[in-house]
Amino acid sequence: MAERLIQLTHRDFETDQEVRWCPGCGDYAILKSVRKVLAEVGTDPDSVVFVSGIGCAARFPYYVETYGIHSIHGRAPSLATGIKLANPDLDVWVVGGDGDFLAIGGNHLLHALRRNVDLNLLLFNNAIYGLTKGQVSPTSTPGTRSPSTPGGVFDTPVNATALALAAGGGFVARTADMLQDHLPEVLLRAHAHQGASLVEILQNCIVYNDNAFGDLARKSNRAEATVIVRHGEPMVFGAGRDKGLVYEPERGGFRITSDLSEASRHDETNPALAAALARVDDPALPKPLGIFYCAPRTDYTTALQEHVPYRPLTRDEFREVLHAGSWTA
Amino acid sequence: MTEHRLRSMTGRADPGPRTVVRFAGDSGDGIQLLGSEFSKGVALEHHDLLTLPDFPAEIRAPAGSTFGVSAFQIQFGGDGVLTPGDEADVLFAFNPAALKTNLHTLKPGGLIVAGEGAFTDRNLKRAGYAQNPLEDGSLGGYRLMRINMARLSAEAVAATGANKKQAGRAKNFWALGLCFWLFGGRRQPTIDWLEDKFAGAPEIVASNVAALNAGHAYGETMELDAGDAALGARGELHHGLFRTITGTDAMGLGLAAVAALSGLKITYCSYPITPASALLHFLASLKGRGIVTFQAEDEIAAATAAIGASYAGGLGVTTSSGPGIALKSEALGLAVAAELPLLAIDVQRAGPSTGMPTKPEQADLNLALYGRHGEAPLPVLAPATPSECFDIVIEAARIATDHMTPVMILSDAYIANAAEPWELPDVDGLPSMAPTFRTDPEGFEPFARDPETLARPWATPGTPGLAHRVGGIERASGSGNISYDPDNHQRMTDLRAEKVARVALDGLDHEIDSGAQRGDLLVVGWGSTYGAIEEAVTRLNLAGLAVGHLHLRQLSPLPPNLAAILARFAHVAVAELNSGQLVRLIRSEFLVDAQSINQVNGLPFKVSDLESALRDCLEAGERGRKLALRTVTGTAGTIG
Repeated sequence: MAERLIQLTHRDFETDQEVRWCPGCGDYAILKSVRKVLAEVGTDPDSVVFVSGIGCAARFPYYVETYGIHSIHGRAPSLATGIKLANPDLDVWVVGGDGDFLAIGGNHLLHALRRNVDLNLLLFNNAIYGLTKGQVSPTSTPGTRSPSTPGGVFDTPVNATALALAAGGGFVARTADMLQDHLPEVLLRAHAHQGASLVEILQNCIVYNDNAFGDLARKSNRAEATVIVRHGEPMVFGAGRDKGLVYEPERGGFRITSDLSEASRHDETNPALAAALARVDDPALPKPLGIFYCAPRTDYTTALQEHVPYRPLTRDEFREVLHAGSWTA
Repeated sequence: MTEHRLRSMTGRADPGPRTVVRFAGDSGDGIQLLGSEFSKGVALEHHDLLTLPDFPAEIRAPAGSTFGVSAFQIQFGGDGVLTPGDEADVLFAFNPAALKTNLHTLKPGGLIVAGEGAFTDRNLKRAGYAQNPLEDGSLGGYRLMRINMARLSAEAVAATGANKKQAGRAKNFWALGLCFWLFGGRRQPTIDWLEDKFAGAPEIVASNVAALNAGHAYGETMELDAGDAALGARGELHHGLFRTITGTDAMGLGLAAVAALSGLKITYCSYPITPASALLHFLASLKGRGIVTFQAEDEIAAATAAIGASYAGGLGVTTSSGPGIALKSEALGLAVAAELPLLAIDVQRAGPSTGMPTKPEQADLNLALYGRHGEAPLPVLAPATPSECFDIVIEAARIATDHMTPVMILSDAYIANAAEPWELPDVDGLPSMAPTFRTDPEGFEPFARDPETLARPWATPGTPGLAHRVGGIERASGSGNISYDPDNHQRMTDLRAEKVARVALDGLDHEIDSGAQRGDLLVVGWGSTYGAIEEAVTRLNLAGLAVGHLHLRQLSPLPPNLAAILARFAHVAVAELNSGQLVRLIRSEFLVDAQSINQVNGLPFKVSDLESALRDCLEAGERGRKLALRTVTGTAGTIG
């Protein structure tokens, strides 16, 4: 145990496996952030499990020096739920892409969130199917041309954070791969949250959907195109931090103000504000990032233990169960 | 070979006289409760018995309708009652619809006890009778007892001061009282049960007890007798502790036993589906003792959660019926690839698709053996009787954890719902299961193998120094790292197959269940057809024919001595409730010209049908004629 006293670094979480993502893929930045956060949290690597489904993002567990299981498409949240059922003490992270979490596995994400299983759910949203060579995903922007939609996709994309809030997610946040300060900040909070925490990480796919989140990717434009919200702080943005957002609860929306004293303060315990932030899609408004909602409630396995306390069955207890309703001939 | 043997593998003697009683009425008449209470009373009189409920999928079909009829059949008598009986000696028909839909189950000359109060114009019309069959002479071929059970019961209950609603609900207990008069049986255990069950509602106890006593008194006063039907042989169940259990109960108790014997946290993950849900209910009633139950959002989530549980050091169990097992197929592939222990239980029902959810069928054998993508072998076991579910579940858990493999169990709607007396095993005599978890980091490789079983180590998250990654991408032999190496894939495919094949070396012993050890005809069966085959073979043996019965409990890998057993007989017939799935396996594996006896009508085999089909097989064999496929159902005839 003496080794554990040594401060871990992100290098302690590197495996001997060669990382096989495309050069320039946003996944590298996320991997770096996650390793950094694991080191910072100081969590015992032997009590951490990374669970993934299928897709580029799903290769993640092979690259983190903890326990890991790479499962089947879409089912990582339910497999992770099973892990927590058997051993609630494990620190379980679930990694999936937009196809994994929002298409084939949409049902499992919904139920992991509403049950509030204590999982850190990292949704790598690059708005495209990468591993299967570039088809549109449920989060692709209308008009996206792809091999499966040569005329451009015409259906309405899923809003991951709005969906997570509607599903009863107790921790819902959005950040982006290139935000190397903000991403670990959000991950740390997600990890600290007891219950299901969903972090949507906007991520670039350099091969099939480059510039997917163009306004964010261009550093020059980022300050104008995004607003990072923090609990208790006024919602301020702009290169000169000279603009603020005013929340108008009566219409569930926002307006921009230059009078910073007027800017609303973010309250991450306010579900209506969280929903309004999640739903912003007006090009005139900055894209909200940050922890939209954090309202801890009893997590699933804790509640399960309270309601149906598991305890090992002894032979004597088993005999009692067996003999119930018996009769002697 | 282990010494593990299944208890029901015993020889058969000539059965004594037996009685088959069938109760049929509206879904709301309390038929199933009547049946189960009567079974209990019969068991307490030392009769062996086997029961089968026959209820519609509809929860509360319109009163008086033919599709709302619920029935319950029991056969009881001496020892060795193995089926619910081909035909009923006595039919209780609570209304015209029950008579209409169940009369064909009554043997010629059998006794009908008709609840004549329910034979109203409206009910007759609803059942499709132009005239009242109780009066038009159409039942001349039977003995008829017309009793206005509803009125007599209501009168008896009214005397307790109960309201009209309650008075109308007790007629099943009135009928139970009459049954105890007709067939023998004490009322007190039922009274005790009522007092316990409705401890907070003394008026319900009083009204049902009044009805029970009134029914009994009616039989006594009117000096009713059931004729020959009442002559069921008294059983010779030796002294011991018994419990009347269904296959569902036995399977649940088996899982509880695994929890107690292994210390593993049984993590039972399931999605509601008929007829498998009852097992979830049974285990949920244990309230966390040894078993965590999880009602997942769908079948796939249930399977993957179970895999996650096993990965984390519990024992994942997932259960469904055919349609749900189909959905779990991809997940089972992952369990095979990741080489994790898992129990997947298929309570088969008539398919495909929704099919007939409450009716048994054995048509998922191919699904269990082959229904996965890629080369994905796994052991498949099948209990032969309701009580055997207990042993099979324990055996499956042992194989899964010793060999690090998912194991499938094939039960069906018949085994799940049928009930029989079961002598409880000595709990102290049950061998401990000691699953081995890897803890030593020295030289650890997640896909290194035990030289004997080829099992990989079970290294669970939380174990210091063993952090590793597993998954569905092909794993390098030893390290488990991602590998696309062609030789490695061939090697791993071979190893996974060999690992499952080696289960046969310490799997279930198989010997002839009963009848001739060698001779003219071997009947091979599996699963719930055990009782019917056993009785048919016994009849043929009593007629001096050299017929043996072999019932397979392990369908994959097949028992190593199966070829030798097959070779001891001139002819082989395989009887199963599908279009011939095991027979094709036997034919292809052993190049034996096995004949097929099959039936796919949602019903168990009738003993008499099997007996005549087997006689045909023997005759055909003598004449050198080949029967490629044969079915016992009259409508389908002979093919080939």
